[in-house]
Amino acid sequence: MSATLQTAETRTMTGAEIVLQALKDNGVEVIFGYPGGAVLPLYDALFQQNAIRHILVRHEQAAVHAAEGYARSTGKVGVVLVTSGPGATNAVTGLVDALMDSIPVICLTGQVPTHLIGNDAFQEADTTGITRPATKHNYLVKDIRKLASTVHEAFYVSKSGRPGPVVIDLPKDILIGKGPYSEAPQAPHRSYRPQTEPDAASIRAAVRLLKGAKRPVVYAGGGVINSGPEAARLLGDFVRMANMPCTNTLMGLGAFPSEDPQFLGMLGMHGTYEANLAMHGCDVMLNIGARFDDRVTGRLNAFSPNSKKIHADIDPSSINKNVKVDVAVVGDAGAVLKALIECWQAEEQPQDKPAIAAWWRAIDGWRGKGCLQYRQEGSIIKPQHAVKRLYEITREMGRETFITTEVGQHQMWAAQYFGFQKPNRWMTSGGLGTMGYGLPAAMGVQIAHPDALVIDIAGEASILMNIQEMGTLAQYRLPVKVFILNNEYMGMVRQWQELLHGSRYSESYSEALPDFVRLAEAFHARGMRVTEAGQLDDAIREMIAHPGPVIADIAVAKDENCFPMIPSGAAHNEMILAPGQEGGVAGVTDEGMVLV
Amino acid sequence: MPDLAEITQRNATIAVLVENEAGILARVVGLFSGRGYNIESLTVAPVDADRRLSRITIVTSGTDMVIEQIKAQLDRLVPVHKVSDLTLEGPHLARELALIKIVGKGEARMEALRLADAFRARVVDATIESFVFEMTGSGDKLDAFIALMRPIGLTEISRTGVVAIARGSRGL
Repeated sequence: MSATLQTAETRTMTGAEIVLQALKDNGVEVIFGYPGGAVLPLYDALFQQNAIRHILVRHEQAAVHAAEGYARSTGKVGVVLVTSGPGATNAVTGLVDALMDSIPVICLTGQVPTHLIGNDAFQEADTTGITRPATKHNYLVKDIRKLASTVHEAFYVSKSGRPGPVVIDLPKDILIGKGPYSEAPQAPHRSYRPQTEPDAASIRAAVRLLKGAKRPVVYAGGGVINSGPEAARLLGDFVRMANMPCTNTLMGLGAFPSEDPQFLGMLGMHGTYEANLAMHGCDVMLNIGARFDDRVTGRLNAFSPNSKKIHADIDPSSINKNVKVDVAVVGDAGAVLKALIECWQAEEQPQDKPAIAAWWRAIDGWRGKGCLQYRQEGSIIKPQHAVKRLYEITREMGRETFITTEVGQHQMWAAQYFGFQKPNRWMTSGGLGTMGYGLPAAMGVQIAHPDALVIDIAGEASILMNIQEMGTLAQYRLPVKVFILNNEYMGMVRQWQELLHGSRYSESYSEALPDFVRLAEAFHARGMRVTEAGQLDDAIREMIAHPGPVIADIAVAKDENCFPMIPSGAAHNEMILAPGQEGGVAGVTDEGMVLV
Repeated sequence: MPDLAEITQRNATIAVLVENEAGILARVVGLFSGRGYNIESLTVAPVDADRRLSRITIVTSGTDMVIEQIKAQLDRLVPVHKVSDLTLEGPHLARELALIKIVGKGEARMEALRLADAFRARVVDATIESFVFEMTGSGDKLDAFIALMRPIGLTEISRTGVVAIARGSRGL
C-alpha cells in the first residue's frame, strides 16, 4: 500500500502520486476517465488508494461531458483523465463544449515520454497544440518539480474569472519519476487575476439608468449560474425589488424561477414572444452574465434599437463584442447584483411607477398570445406535450430533478416546456451545440447526486452519438432516465430544410433506427416504447419509479416544428409564432441564408 | 446610419508583457488567426530574465470595436501580464531594424552608398560586389529606403518588425 494520499507535507513522491495528491488537496472526489498506455502509472496509483473514485466511461468525449454535468450540477471543478493521442483527441469536442459554455473542467492527458515528444511516437499527438484554442489554458509538464504547482494552478485558472476547461499534458516519464510535492500557493497568481468586484462608478451609472427606466428588462445568463446559488437568489431579490420583467438565456434557465410571475421565459431564436418583444421594446436593458449571443440577438442592427444597455460580465472581452453597450460593469454576477441592490436602495431617485405599470400591461398583452400553446389531439403525442407532462409529473412528485438534453428540437422544447425553479438543475450544450452531450452529462449529474432524479431529454438521432455510455450506466447502476422524443428525424435540420430549403429533406431522416427497447435491454437497462397519447402519463410514472436506468422511447408527431422562431437574419419583432405564419420565412434574405 | 467608429479602421501598436514560457507566442498568434484579426507585424524577445518576462509588440488594424476586442482577448490569456495600446495612450516611439543586401558594381554601387549615407544606414558588411546595410527607423523610413534601393541592386531584405515604447516617464 503506497502512502499516496496522506497528509501533504513536502515530501518526495512519484509524479502519479503527486497528481492524485494535488487532486485530493483541491477537493476532488470523482474523476471520469479511460485508461491507456501513457497514463498507466496514474491508473496504478489510483488502484492503490480509495480517496478518489474513478468512473470508467466508454469514450473520452463522454468523460468530458460527464465532468461538465458534474461541474454544472455541483459548482465544483469536473476532472477528466484520458490517455495520450486518441484519448486526448477524443476529448477535444468536450473541451470546446466546456469552453463555449464556461464550465470548469480539468482534463489530465497522458503524453509519450519527454524524450520521444516530436518523434511521432505511438499514440503521440501534439495535445497542447491541438487543445490550445479548445481550452481556457493548457500546460505540458516537462519538469516534475513543477508538477504539483501546475495542478494547483490549473484548478485556480479553471474556476477563476470566467470558468473554463484546462488541459494538463503529462508525459509518462514525469508520472513515473520522483519529485517533491508542494501545497497550493497562498500568493496571488503572477499574471491572471480577473476582476470580480465591480467598480462603484459603473454600478452607480447602471442604477441611475435602471431607476429612470420606463420599460426595463433584465436579461440574465449562465454567468449567474456560474457565480453560484447566491447570485440567483440576489437576482430574484433585485428583479422583485425593481418590479422588472426578467428573461433567461438557454444557459441561464433556473437563474430566475420559471414560475415567478415576473419571468418572461427564455429569449432568443426559440424564445417566447413576450421575452423577445420586451427585449425589442425596452428602454433600459440589464444584461447580467450573458454574452449577446447570435441566438439571442437575431439581426444585430435591429436588436433592441431604442434601449440603453447595461452589460455586467466577468469577462471584459464579452463586453462590446457583438453589441455596443452604454454601461459596462466588469465583475462576478453575484458581486454585481449585491452592489446593484445596495446602490439601488441608497439611490433616492424614485422609479416611474405608472410607466412601469403600463409596460407590464404591454407585456401581459404579448403573453396573451400564448406563444407556447399547442393542441394535443388524438393519439399522436405532441413532443411539447410529452415534455410538459414530464415537467408536471416530476413537479407533483416533488423529487429533486435534474434535466440534461442533447441538441436539436427536443432541446428547445425542453427549454420551453420544462420549468426550472433553481439554478444548477439544467445542463445543456448551449454554445457548441454538441449532439451526444446529454447522456454522459446525465451520468456526471447522477454521480454527484445519487438520489436525485436525472433525466436526459433526448432526440433519437442525438442519443446515438454517445449511446455507448449505457454501458457506464449499467456498470455504476446509475438510474438515469433517457426520455427520447422520437420523431424519426434530425428534427432541427429537417425544420430548417422545410423552412429554408424547399422541404428537401437531405439526409435528415433517421433511417434504420435501432429498437430502443431491445437496445436498452442489451445494456441491462429497462426499455419502454410509448406510441399513444393515452399511455404517456403512466409511462412517465413507470419510468421514474423504475430503480435503474431506463430508455423511454416516446414516438412523437413527426412533422412538428419548434415555434416561436426568429428566422436567421431576422429581428426580435419578426418572429414566427405558428406554422401558419411561415410565409414570413420566404422573405429570409441572402444574408440570413448564410447564417447558421 | 452606422456609427462612424464602427466603420473607420485605425492602426494600433500594442505592447504585451507576457510570461516567457513555451507556447506563449503560439497562443497570441493563434488568437489572432482564430478570431480573424490582422497582424501587420509582431516582434517578441525576453526583456526581464529575473522575472521571466517577454515583451511582444503587435501592429494591427481594425475598427475601434475590434481593437478593443483584441486588447481584451489578449488580456484574458493566462500568461499575459499587461496589455497597452501605445497608439491610444499617448505619444510613443516605434522603431524597426532592417538588414538590406545590395549587389552591384560601378555607378549603381556608388549610388547605393550615397543613398545609404543620406538615410543614415550603416554598412555592416561589404565585398567588392555587395553591401549589407543596417538601418533603424520608422517603418515608413525603411520603406522609402528600400524603394530607392530596388532598382540599384536590392537582392534581399530582413526586417525585425516594429518595437515600440511610450514617450516620457510613463512605463508599461
